[in-house]
This record gives sequence, C-alpha cells and structure tokens, in this order.
Amino acid sequence: MKQNSRLKLFLPLGIFLVLCGFLYVGLFLNKTDLPSALLDEPFPEFQAVGLKDPSQVITRKDVIIGKPALVNVWATWCIACKVEHPFLTDLAERGVAIIGINYKDDRAEALRWLDQLGNPYLFNIADEDGRLGLNLGVYGAPETYLIDAEGVIRYKHIGIVDENVWQDILKPRYEQLQVK
Amino acid sequence: MTPELGQLALILALAMAVFQAVIPLAGASRNQPVWMAMARPLSWAQFFFLLLAFLCLVQAFATDDFSVAYVANHSNSALPLEYKVSAVWGGHEGSLLLWVLILSAWGFAVSLYSKSLPLVMVSRVLSVMGMISVGFLLFVLMTSNPFLRNLPFPPTDGGDLNPLLQDPGLIFHPPMLYMGYVGFSVAFAFAIAALLGGRLDAAWARWSRPWTTVAWCFLTLGISLGSWWAYYELGWGGWWFWDPVENASLMPWLAGTALVHSLAVTEKRGVFKSWTVLMAILAFSLSLLGTFLVRSGVLTSVHAFAADPGRGMFVLGFLLLVVGGSLTLYAFKAPVVRSKGEFSALSRETLLLGNNVLLAVALAVVLLGTLFPLLYQALWNDMISVGPSYFNFLFVPLCWLTGLLMTVGVIANWKKSLLSWLGRQLMFSAIGSVVLGVALSLMVKGDFTWQALISFVVALWIVAGILLDLRAKTRNKPTLWAGLSSLKPSLYGMHLAHLGLAVSIVGVVMTTNYSQQVDIRMTPGQQAQVGDFTFKFEGVSRGAGPNYLADIGTLRVYRDNEQVTVLNPEKRMYQVRGQVMSDPGIQAGFFEDLYVALGEKMDNGAWSLRLHVKPYVRWIWLGSILMALGGVLAVADRRYRIAVKKNSKQKAGNAAMEKAGSMA
Repeated sequence: MKQNSRLKLFLPLGIFLVLCGFLYVGLFLNKTDLPSALLDEPFPEFQAVGLKDPSQVITRKDVIIGKPALVNVWATWCIACKVEHPFLTDLAERGVAIIGINYKDDRAEALRWLDQLGNPYLFNIADEDGRLGLNLGVYGAPETYLIDAEGVIRYKHIGIVDENVWQDILKPRYEQLQVK
Repeated sequence: MTPELGQLALILALAMAVFQAVIPLAGASRNQPVWMAMARPLSWAQFFFLLLAFLCLVQAFATDDFSVAYVANHSNSALPLEYKVSAVWGGHEGSLLLWVLILSAWGFAVSLYSKSLPLVMVSRVLSVMGMISVGFLLFVLMTSNPFLRNLPFPPTDGGDLNPLLQDPGLIFHPPMLYMGYVGFSVAFAFAIAALLGGRLDAAWARWSRPWTTVAWCFLTLGISLGSWWAYYELGWGGWWFWDPVENASLMPWLAGTALVHSLAVTEKRGVFKSWTVLMAILAFSLSLLGTFLVRSGVLTSVHAFAADPGRGMFVLGFLLLVVGGSLTLYAFKAPVVRSKGEFSALSRETLLLGNNVLLAVALAVVLLGTLFPLLYQALWNDMISVGPSYFNFLFVPLCWLTGLLMTVGVIANWKKSLLSWLGRQLMFSAIGSVVLGVALSLMVKGDFTWQALISFVVALWIVAGILLDLRAKTRNKPTLWAGLSSLKPSLYGMHLAHLGLAVSIVGVVMTTNYSQQVDIRMTPGQQAQVGDFTFKFEGVSRGAGPNYLADIGTLRVYRDNEQVTVLNPEKRMYQVRGQVMSDPGIQAGFFEDLYVALGEKMDNGAWSLRLHVKPYVRWIWLGSILMALGGVLAVADRRYRIAVKKNSKQKAGNAAMEKAGSMA
C-alpha cells in the first residue's frame, strides 16, 4: 500500500521526462526547412478560388509566373503576419514577386487587412478550408516558400520574413534562381 | 570601459552565486552556523554585482554606445530616452539579464524579510535560489552576453527598437511579468528546502504564503499589462490570442493560483502537503518552461526571440537539471501518509482540492494545445497548428466550473459541511443568479447567446457567494458596520480577488459577444453610425514624432447629437526600419471603449477606417487589478497582525508600568 503511493509520486517526474524527450526532438526538428518530401518537388496540384474575386479559379499553373517568386502563407488571425507585413510590402516594392495564400481565414477580414495595411501580393489564393495548406505541409502562418520559374519549391521558411531572414537566407537563393 | 565593467560585474555575480549555492547548503547539512550565516551576505553581494551589470547596460543604451552589439541591434540615437532604457529588455540578452537581476532581487528580499525563520531554512532557501542564479548567469555569459562589442568598426547608428515595442506598456510589461515568473522561484526554493529538511509542515506553508501571493500579484498584473498592450498597440482590438508565448505566461499563473489556494489549506489544516509542494515545483517549472519555449525557437510566435538551438540546448539541459532534480527529490521525499479522517467528503478542503484539480486540468489543456504542434511533428513528421477554437472550447467551460465551485468552497465549512445545510445557504443565491442572469442576457443589446447567459450566471453566482459570506460573518454583530470592520483584511483580500474574477468574466463575455465593428471608406465630412455612436470623419493631417512621421486622422464622435470625444488614430512610419504601425485612437470608458484604427489612403482624400465599439472591455483588466489588490490585502494582513501583536504587548507593558507607578 505504502509502496504503491510512493510510486504515484514518481508520476510527475515520468511525465516531465517524456515532455523533455519531445522538447529535445523539437529542438532538432527543422522548423525553417521544408519537410524533405516537398523540397525540390513541383508545387502541388490544387484548385482554389481567388481572394478578391471568389469566382476566379486558380490552379497550379497560375503560380508558375515565369520567374522566381515567394509564396507567402498568411492570415488575419496571425499576429506574426502583421509584424511581417510591412517588410513584404517593402520587398514587393523592390520588385520581388509575392503570391499570397490566405490560410484558414475569413474573406471579408482578409480583404479589409489588405485594404488597411497595403497589398504586396501579385494575387491571393483563398485557402479557406486549409486544403492547399495541408498539401503544402503548412505548419502555421506566416510561412514563405521560394519557388523557381518552373514552379518547383526550392526553399521554405517558417516564421517571419524580415530584413535579416531575407538578406541571410532567402535573397541568396532567390538570386541564384534568377540567374538560372 | 563601462561594458567591460558590466561584464566583470556579471562574472563576479556568478562567483557569488556559486558560493551562495554551495556554502550555506553544505553548512545546513553539516550543521555549521557560520557557513549557513554566509547565505545572506552572499545574496547581497550577488544582487549588488547584478545591479551594477544592469546599470552598465542601461548606461550603454542611454549614451548610444553602438560599439556594443546588443545596443546597436536594439536602439537608435533618435529613440526617446525612456525607450532607450526600456530597450535594455527589448531583446533576448538584455531581458535575460533583467530576469537574473530580478531573481537576485527576490533573493535579496528573502534575506531581509526572513528574520523570524530558522537559519537552516534561510540558508537552504537562499542556496536553492543561488543554484538557479548560477544556471541563468552561465546561460547569459556563455550564450547570450549583452556586453559583446562590435569592434573595430562600430556602426554609426543603431538598428532601432522594433516600433511595436516603443510603447509605455512595454516599459512595464516585461519587468512585471518577470517579477511574477521569478517570484515563484521563492515558493519553489521554500518547497525544495522543506523537502531537503524533511519539514513539510504548516510553518513551511505559512512562510511560503506571502511570497507566493506577492509573486502571483505581479504575474497577474504582468499578464494583463501584456493583454492591454496587445489591445491598443496591435490595432485590432483583440486582447488575447492564445499565442504560445501568452500561454507560456498563463500556465505558471494557473499553477500559481492553484498553489495560493492549496497553501492556504496546508497552512490552516495541515493537509494536501504533497499536492501543495508539487504545485510549488510546478509553478516555477512552468516559468522555466516558458523561458525555454520563448528562447529556444521550438515554437514560432510573435514574441519569440531569435531562434538558436545552442541556447535551446542550454535551457533544456538546465530545465532537466532543475525540474528533473526537484521532481526526483519530490518522488523520494514527499510525504505519502494520508491524513485520515480529518475532513469529510463535503468540506472546504475537498472543494478547494476540487478547484485545484480544475485549475490543473485547465493548465493541462493549455500545455497540450501549446505543445501539440511540436508533439505532432515529432510523432508523425507532419505539421499542424492549434487555433483559438480548441482553447476556447475547453478553457471556457473549465472557467465556468471553477467559478461555480468557488462560491460553494467559500461558503462551506472546514472539516465538514452538510449537504442540506449548504443547499439551504445557497438556494436563494442560485435562484437569484439564474433569474438575474437570464434577465441580463435578454436585456443586453445584441443577440442572445448561451455563452453570455452562462457567463452572467457564473459571475453573479460568484458575487452572491461573496455577499452571502460577508452576511454570515457579520450577522452576529450589533451593526453591519461593526461587523464589516471586525473582519480581517485577508478575508477582504480573498473576496476582492474573487470579485475580480467575476468582473473579468463580465468584461470578457461582453467584449466577445457584443462588440460592434464597422469597416468603412470615409471621405472628410462623412458620418458613420456604430451602435449608439455617430463617428464623423474630419480628415487626415500630417504630423511627426521624435522618430516617425504620421498621418493623423480626426474623428468627432457624437451620441444623441452631443459630442462625446475627438479621436485621433495615427498611422506611423518609423523611419529607421521603414515600418508602418497603426496607432489606434481610443476613448476609454467604464462601460465601453470607442476604438478607431486608420487604414489605407484611397482616392479623393478618402481613407479606409475601422470603427469599434467595445463594451466593458476595461472590465477585463479592472478584474485583474482587483485580483492583484486582493492579493496585496491578503499579504498586508499578516504584517498587520504581527504589528498589532507588538503594539498590544507594548500597551500591556505601559499599562503595567503605569499601574506600578500609581501604586508607588
């Protein structure tokens, strides 16, 4: 009986150790890289509607614009996206093509967002049910994919794209793709 | 020179912390009073050197020393002075230094206000706090040194503080929050010291209580400051986002709330010792976990500092050592003896335990939701995100249950309550709060929702419990006033904190269910109606702040043709980073906030605007202020009692002397 109750006291320790195991694995999971499955694979086939115009059908071939582009996953419920937004606007002004995926979001809210904060996107895909996100392996917003002129995914960045991320990570890859 | 001085002070602080961790503890186990007595002076020395290091960093910021890399990354010469100072904790390195400084300040406070404690206990407590300091100081010095130089070519100007952080709320939010987080280290140290000494008794609970309550007050205020900041700074009118880092601060709060209550039971009734000690370990462990989540880059969040696996490994190792170590100690040393027959199944003890369990479940819900994306990815190598719907779905009903049980716990007696007696006591309150709740939810402008109805009933039920208890305790006094003034401040503290919860519930439910919002394109002179209010747009002018340019809108707001206020929402362009920030115009009110955000400029001088009327939103933060005030009252009571005792002794002495004098 007493032995038994002593064993119970080890329960918190056990739970904690399991948690630490996960945290340890978590440290080495690549959150900034794509799960290997989609890296250097073509952008997945999909069919969705436009954000501005719900009657416009967008498919994979619309994403292939003949030059490298960023595909940015965003949503109005994502605070980090709000932080990221001004820099995207800046990038768009520097001539970088950015395609938006409005992920699991409310259309009206999203349009208001673009209206208020500015629109850096060439066009936006409305991924209301998150199906495209699922195919892409979206972890959360914001996420940014770098695709080449043929629509092959070359890189994926999770989290905010800011000047540092752009200069250190995305820009070198982007420029390399431009040369090709 | 100063940064090097700061660096040196940090190293000296580390040395002091090492001594503080080792010498008093060795003294306690070998019964060497001199070694034990070193705990206090060592904690003073550690605090002194950390304060010195911190001031050196403040000086580097205040004098724009951009040769220091951390300053160059987080400040700019055009930044106003108050933000230069708050920029000290605007990044990872500096905020970590603030963390350790506050830790040593708590140690300093413990060394001052522990005169009545046995030396063995004080030395063990300060030694445990010293160990935590060692870990964090090593973390600072090895992975996150704020004093590193950018030599030989320092930048001419700094990269500026993120405009989101250039705000009065952010001057106070992190220090408050850290005071709370780190304050739980005292309760933790007391728990470990008690486990080490095998003395888990009512005295231990009595010593821990004021420290825990004070830390809890700080954390309560820190969290609500953060929520308030998000509300007016992010420009969306939202006040809680279930963001991983927000959750990281909520989890220790939930554990701390459970701890505050179970400490009360352990002190008064000597039961639940194992549970209380576990909560004390948990509250601080969750503070550490929060630190890990924020600084390791394991989770992505707006608050997250630069991801760095090296830092992550360090914190994880430290977490394993501190939490794993203390839970091992707990497993071997916590008492297993059940205190039998001391209380029945229906008593204040069991009800408090019930609420403790509810808080623990709520904690588990938040923890699981926060870590689930991580677990999922680790197990199935796939990525998902957990949205607010999960949290709201589980957390809100748990809040209701906690509120319902709370009143029963307040009314029930220690040891044993009869169900029939409780039923009689609570019947009228139950009927009253349901009737009034239904009436309120029908009267409120807006559609009826079940969520609002239940929340009103719960809030009223909490208030009814407070009134009922006050009446029961004053009934036998000649007048109500005599009765009320005879009650102890700690009782008022408890009721005030509970009232705070009810107030916050009302604030949350009103804001969530009955906010009104209009998005509109307006040309100067145009009017728009939101709820009872007419917003008249008068146009936009240009202005400039110390380090930004701004478009400043002007809106006059009328209610029944009478002007209520003039709002000036701004759109600021911070020049150094080129970031655009929306600074909403807010008219704060007790019953509603008017909230206007300025959007984009459109053709013909038109602007897009977002107009909100947010009823009772202030109540959310008012409630947490009441909770914190309640905590302060509860702590003040203990000191007050000691002071009174001294006083009455003195009076007795005086009286005796007078008597002797008159006899002579």
